[in-house]
Amino acid sequence: MTATASPGTPGVLGAAIKDALISAVLTALLLTPLVGFRATEDGGGPLILTYRFGLVAIFAGIVAVLRLVLNLTLWRPGRTRVKRPPSPALVAFTDRIGTAAKPAFFVLLVIYPVLAVLASGGLGPSRYWIDIGIYILTYVMLGWGLNIVVGLAGLLDLGYVAFYAVGAYTFALLSTSVPVSDFFAGALGADFWRLWSFWVCLPACGLLAAMWGVILGFPVLRLRGDYLAIVTLAFGEIIRLVLINWVDLTNGGAGISSIPPITFFGIPFSSGDDGFAALFGLTFDPMHRNIFLYFIILGLAGLTAVATIRLRRMPVGRAWEALREDEIACRSLGINTTLTKLTAFSIGAMFGGFAGAFFAVRIRFVSPESFTFLESAVILAIVVLGGLGSQIGVAVSAILLIGGMEMLRNLTFLKSDWLLGPDFDPSLYRMLIFGFAMVAVMAWRPRGLVSSRLATIFLKQRKKVSADLVAEGHG
Amino acid sequence: MDIFLQQLINGLTLGSIYGLIAIGYTMVFGIIGMVNFAHGDVFMVGTFTAFIMFLLLTTVLGITSIFLVLAIVLVVAMAFTGLVNWTIERAAYRPLRGSFRLAPMISAIGMSILLSNFVQVAQGPRNKALPPILPDVIVVWDSGNYQVTLAYKQILIMVVTVVLLAAFWWLVQKTPLGRAQRACEQDRKMAALLGVDVDRTISLTFVIGAALAAVAGVLYLTYYGVVNFADGFVPGVKAFTAAVLGGIGSLPGAVLGGLLIGLIETFWSAYFSIEYKDVAAFSILAITLVFMPQGLLGRPEVEKV
Repeated sequence: MTATASPGTPGVLGAAIKDALISAVLTALLLTPLVGFRATEDGGGPLILTYRFGLVAIFAGIVAVLRLVLNLTLWRPGRTRVKRPPSPALVAFTDRIGTAAKPAFFVLLVIYPVLAVLASGGLGPSRYWIDIGIYILTYVMLGWGLNIVVGLAGLLDLGYVAFYAVGAYTFALLSTSVPVSDFFAGALGADFWRLWSFWVCLPACGLLAAMWGVILGFPVLRLRGDYLAIVTLAFGEIIRLVLINWVDLTNGGAGISSIPPITFFGIPFSSGDDGFAALFGLTFDPMHRNIFLYFIILGLAGLTAVATIRLRRMPVGRAWEALREDEIACRSLGINTTLTKLTAFSIGAMFGGFAGAFFAVRIRFVSPESFTFLESAVILAIVVLGGLGSQIGVAVSAILLIGGMEMLRNLTFLKSDWLLGPDFDPSLYRMLIFGFAMVAVMAWRPRGLVSSRLATIFLKQRKKVSADLVAEGHG
Repeated sequence: MDIFLQQLINGLTLGSIYGLIAIGYTMVFGIIGMVNFAHGDVFMVGTFTAFIMFLLLTTVLGITSIFLVLAIVLVVAMAFTGLVNWTIERAAYRPLRGSFRLAPMISAIGMSILLSNFVQVAQGPRNKALPPILPDVIVVWDSGNYQVTLAYKQILIMVVTVVLLAAFWWLVQKTPLGRAQRACEQDRKMAALLGVDVDRTISLTFVIGAALAAVAGVLYLTYYGVVNFADGFVPGVKAFTAAVLGGIGSLPGAVLGGLLIGLIETFWSAYFSIEYKDVAAFSILAITLVFMPQGLLGRPEVEKV
């Protein structure tokens, strides 16, 4: 086969068939031990092996056909990719869309609960959609918080979930603590702590998480790149293991339950006379609380976004980005890298702490299970797949990843008899697909979805810096 | 004294397993400067393959000689895990060589999630247990109220480790492949100019690392008799700690680090608290990286601007 072979000649086809056969054999070999055999304990006895070689053959066939098709079309040797410059009208159009996108996105987020209620026909049925909105926004917020550390300052943090845990546990412990409650009962009335705990604790959670950001950031100032990632991972795991084992304080793996619910600035969402519904003349519905929670997380996420945008224009934000591009150059220009790194860690951690407090008040239960390394990996994946440093990219990737994983649950048509049978549970495959997506996106677009960068400082005209020109130092 | 001796034996056994996994981390880091985050899960895949092979040989084919079974399991697990890691390198890491700094690490984290969830989906989330292998023990020392024992499987683990390390040492020091590997480690571009097939060398490094992880997996399975899809993470981090402690990039360092981590873990569990044994491992990792990033036997990294 020669590289210049014209399409359709036996050389290209032959090579493609050979490649398809090789990949089919490889797939079969890779799948045989762990898919072809399955150890089950049917009937409670000792483990027995069952065989699923048909499944292996199906997968091998799928891979072969896929590679054959790809080799003959997209990956065909000698195929030249036509690169046309985009037409001026299209550029103007996308620019206009670009400027309109952010306000439109924001408006959509604000009216989302209304849309959900209208589309599903009533407050009750909209619960699922509101909850998904809350769930996604929590990850958007976490992604934006981590974006400060990883995207702006270029410090790879694999233990971000530690600060999320610090926020959640701070709120859980303070709000369920009897001495604190008694103290406020004596000073401000018996119900004060039950009604106001979230609003009082929220700043405290952020501050405490920020403090932990400094504490954990201080020892790792000298580290960079992979080593930094591993040490932050170790810190995250240490915090989780301490939460599991310090039973006296945290109740161990059983977690802390009966956290007081959210209130509308002191007004409980209850059906009583002093409840939210009665005071505002509405009929009581438990969904009011969920909708309020949606707006709280929207507000917190918005705070994160606005703070980040403002910080990027301040000297400290500029120092972060300089640090990301080249630490040595940064230091030789007289930037205090210690202070710059610590502010990045602590501010990123603070938003993690806020999100943690929100998590605790939403679920009303915290346990170490929620703060595993996998959670950190998911948040990091959101940031990296979105494009480091790009806020809109992070938001879009959070919606795609978290929303997409949620939507997998809804693929009930796969359960039909002719396809995979009623025993098939698509949600089992969530993390499998998630891991695959991480690998695939890295191979396809290593810079993430939004890979170009907008310069924060510019002469006359702001230009996009394309991904190939963005070279990072070792910072 | 008697407890000390017992923990010494247990620690060395555990340390041999960590050391074998640590070699995979250290070799890959040495040659392409990347922390292969998925290596712990490659080890888990090796363990699971060994488990399936063990069931196949004993229950279906009815082979009774335990040593024959273990030998076949060892060979198959090594070959299969090597193939898995070869594919991973080709599919997930090679396209990213020369890409931006975080890309291989993210890809490796994704691969780690992919592998553990693949095994969970294919084999179910429950612990899988084997009937005890080689349950007999030798009483080494009897102090009246406490018996210090050395199990046959512990002897087996140490013997297999020593034999394989010797073979591996010979491979790296005396064969053309080992020479190519050391050349790539020093300077990849120069090695390529001198006619070393760098891509092939890197692939083989992954295969060898995975084969040693599979050996560790077989030994782990013999020792504990239980395997679970999530078993890759913690042994993986501990083996990585071992590699860092010994000096990442240094092969004797990886083995030394493995033995040290195994000993620290068992003594910590025996004398302080068993709950915090993982905290001890993670703390050693953090302390080593912060205060002694070159490790015990590693070369200090010189940064050129």
